[in-house]
Amino acid sequence: MVKHKRPVFLNLWQIRFPITAIMSIMHRLTGVLLFLAIPFFIYALQQSLQSESGFQTVIGYADSLAMKIVLLLLVWSLLHHLLAGVRYLLLDIDIGIELPQARLTAWLVIILALVLLVLAGSCL
Amino acid sequence: MRGVLSGLNAWVLQRASAVYLLFFTLAMPVYIYYSGVDSYDTWHGLILSPVISISWILFFASLLAHAWVGIRDVVVDYVHSFKIRLIVLSVIAVYLMVMIFWVLRLLLVSA
Repeated sequence: MVKHKRPVFLNLWQIRFPITAIMSIMHRLTGVLLFLAIPFFIYALQQSLQSESGFQTVIGYADSLAMKIVLLLLVWSLLHHLLAGVRYLLLDIDIGIELPQARLTAWLVIILALVLLVLAGSCL
Repeated sequence: MRGVLSGLNAWVLQRASAVYLLFFTLAMPVYIYYSGVDSYDTWHGLILSPVISISWILFFASLLAHAWVGIRDVVVDYVHSFKIRLIVLSVIAVYLMVMIFWVLRLLLVSA
C-alpha cells in the first residue's frame, strides 16, 4: 500500500459528524447488517419451500420475542438502506444536491424509515 | 485491487442492481399479498412458477453483485494491509459464490 506522509486525524470522538456523514455511516452499517442476513434469509426461504411443516415453522418465526427483535432490526436496516439508497441515486443525478436540501432529505430518510418500521412492527 | 468490478464498472453495477433491488423489494411483497397465499401449496406454487422464480434468481444475482461492490468499498476503506485485505475479500467472494449456488439449487434444481 502507498505510505502516507500526510497527517491523518481519525479521532472519532473529536471529529464533528454532520447529518450527511451520519447518513453515509448508517448506509454502510445497514448494508453490512443486510449482507450478514443473506444466508439466514435464504435458509428461511428454503425451509418455507421444502415442506408443509417447514412453511409453518417460518410463519412461526415472529412468535418469539428474540426473533421479533432481530426481524425488526433487519426490517429497519432494509427500510433505511432502501430510502437512503434512493436519496443517493437522486444525488447522483444532481437532485437535492444543495446542502440545505441534502440535510433535509437525510432527516427525512431517518424519520420515514422509523415511521415505516412502526407500521411494519404493528403487522408482526 | 483492479479487476472487472472496480472503478466506473463497479459504480454502474452498484446503481443498476440497486434499481432492480428497489423494484423487486417493493413489487414482490405486494404481489405475494394480492396473490392470496394462504397455505404451503399456494406459496410453493407461487414462488416456483417460472416467471416468479426467475425474478427471484435475478433478485439474488443483483443482491450479491450489489453486496460485493458495497462490502468491497468498506473493506478497502478500513483494511489497509494488502495481505489481510486479500484474505478478507477472498473469504467474502467465496461466501457470495456459495450463496448464489445455494439459491440456484434451491430455485432451479429443487423446483
